[in-house]
Amino acid sequence: MKFKVMSFLVACTIVFTGCGSNAVENDKVANESASTNAANETAAADDAWAPILESYRQFTIEQADTFIIETEKFVTAVKDGDVETAKQLYAPTRMYFERIEPIAEAIGDLDPNIDARENDVEDKDWRGFHRIEQGLWEKNSTAGMEEYADRLLEDVKLLRALMETVEVEPSLLVTGAVELLNEVSSSKVTGEEERYSHTDLYDFAANVEGADKIYQLVKGELNKKDAALDEQIGKGFADLEQALAGYKSGDGYVSYLELKEEDTKKLSQLIDALAEPLSQMGTILEA
Amino acid sequence: MDRPTEHNEGQTKSKPTDNKISRRDLLRLAGVGGAGLLLGATGVGSLFSGQMRSAAKPASQIPEDKSADIVSFYGKHQAGITTPAQDFIIFAAFDVTAAALGDVRKLFQDWTKAAAAMAKGELLGDSNDNLNLPPSDTGEAEGLSPSRTTITFGVGPSFFDGRYGLAGKRPAPLTDLPAFGGDELREEWSGGDIGVQVNANDMQIAFHALRNLARIARGKAVLRWTQEGFQRTSSSDPSGATPRNLMGFRDGTGNPDVTDEAEMNKVVWASAADGMAWMNGGSYMAVRRIRMRVEVWDRSTLGDQEATFGRHRASGAPLGAVHERDKLDFDQKDEKGKPVIPMNAHVRLAHGDGTVKILRRSYSYSSGIDNKTGQLDAGLLFICYNRDSRKQFIPMQQKLGQSDLLNEYIVHTGSAVFACFPGVSEGGYIGETLF
Repeated sequence: MKFKVMSFLVACTIVFTGCGSNAVENDKVANESASTNAANETAAADDAWAPILESYRQFTIEQADTFIIETEKFVTAVKDGDVETAKQLYAPTRMYFERIEPIAEAIGDLDPNIDARENDVEDKDWRGFHRIEQGLWEKNSTAGMEEYADRLLEDVKLLRALMETVEVEPSLLVTGAVELLNEVSSSKVTGEEERYSHTDLYDFAANVEGADKIYQLVKGELNKKDAALDEQIGKGFADLEQALAGYKSGDGYVSYLELKEEDTKKLSQLIDALAEPLSQMGTILEA
Repeated sequence: MDRPTEHNEGQTKSKPTDNKISRRDLLRLAGVGGAGLLLGATGVGSLFSGQMRSAAKPASQIPEDKSADIVSFYGKHQAGITTPAQDFIIFAAFDVTAAALGDVRKLFQDWTKAAAAMAKGELLGDSNDNLNLPPSDTGEAEGLSPSRTTITFGVGPSFFDGRYGLAGKRPAPLTDLPAFGGDELREEWSGGDIGVQVNANDMQIAFHALRNLARIARGKAVLRWTQEGFQRTSSSDPSGATPRNLMGFRDGTGNPDVTDEAEMNKVVWASAADGMAWMNGGSYMAVRRIRMRVEVWDRSTLGDQEATFGRHRASGAPLGAVHERDKLDFDQKDEKGKPVIPMNAHVRLAHGDGTVKILRRSYSYSSGIDNKTGQLDAGLLFICYNRDSRKQFIPMQQKLGQSDLLNEYIVHTGSAVFACFPGVSEGGYIGETLF
């Protein structure tokens, strides 16, 4: 019964409400449930969560701020017709976005505007990174990309602005970490994300870093609840990060084209090995 | 895991069906004994009574309506070896990724618990109604009959490399297979640290079992290859005649009698006396993915087809005889003095002098088309169990690989061998004698 009250709380608090009104909401629900026990535990859980959520909020803001700065450099190179510089900046710039993708997805339209691949949306609506990627790598040119470059920078700035409206909730963290790995599993490890530049491993690494960030933040709470699960997840990240390090090249990563079938299979299996226990992290949402 | 009443409620609804199936199942099992895949000299009567006995056993522990649909997971031997072949199979080979033996032990403990629950048609785990977590059971078998699910586990030669300090425990009969004539083995269908044979009378239930085993294994073992297989179902052949393979011929007529304990001890079950105490009551399994060149076969005359097998297609009788069960007479000559059963006919080579036997438990498979040729990728997922492959399966296959007339129509594309553990009793776990 206890968890039902709790999940109702989580469901309630997912909506965009400020921290203050959250507490009010929680109290109200707890009172309605006529269970002082549940109210006490909820309050305790909130105390533990508040600093975690604040840290994550700061992290995402930092990433988004840097994302704007890096996107400006990328966009400038595109508009200057500097294909080589644009190509160099493309993948590292995207990493700031890939680390906080669950937030972008929570905002709605912005994710496709920034990150849609060809055929994800109607051609007339297709813009963002991948449209420019196609120009840079397929045509080796920035011709006709100026407008997309401007809009990209606008969209990235809008993303940062709208992030203020997203209330980061425990459930967003827990499911977000798994979603980041699912992203890797379904498009990065298959080489479908960066079909022209083949810089998939940059996105791969950034998604994993984003998931790891969340894990590091909730690790303390998780360990109190289920030390064995915490250990399993920790080991999963270590194994995956170690494997990824093998594909480092300079400051970045090797091209996806350099991966053999056994490489992608191994990486994919490591993702599965990590994401399965990570998907049990919701256990910390229990009172 | 011990909460059968809760989710078994849904299954009482299907009571009448279960009764129907169980009766038909028994009939079919009797047929299998008389003329079926697991076939022996003893014939219908003895296997029928044998099956009556084994079907009656679980009935004392579980509700009557489901008993015939449950093959007990626990016992002296693992289920799925002398168990009459169910309608479907998914075979899976895993590679172990766990770093320590303790993790492998944990894996087998978790698998044992899950396999025992799935044999009874129970939901896995204790988190199937928590909105904050992924359900612990994937759910596609919920409310279905257990469908005689069996899950049989073994370990392959590669399991005994240096990783877990078990090199000294590798049993001599678990030898890598030599190259046989007709081998075109592909890495993608060969080998594996662990072999898991899942059988059930329902493909969805078999898939559910394998999927959940793979999920439980995440972080400890990964799938290396899988192959699904089928045979005619119990409902399309209630009499349980020997199944036909995809060449149209009855396959498995010469199997030993699984109800003959002495014969099984001789042919199938390993013994501590063979040198490795942990395999006492286990068995050695050989798996071969044998693709049939069905397009070529379909262009050959009935006469050629029958000469290839050494049997009549329609009746299954040996060439020159009338009934499937008729004695194989290898000395019979035609009017020109030629052997009626050709010297290199499949049945003659497989039979040899009749002293070397294996227990076959094969299924047909169909895996789409070969994109290189546009031809069907279909054939036989050959599985056999024997006490010592060095004395049984290997010499038999060497002979077949060299001169079997069938080789013109088949190619072996996958291969693996496993030492299948002895059975366990409730509270124990598969592999406990080794780990």
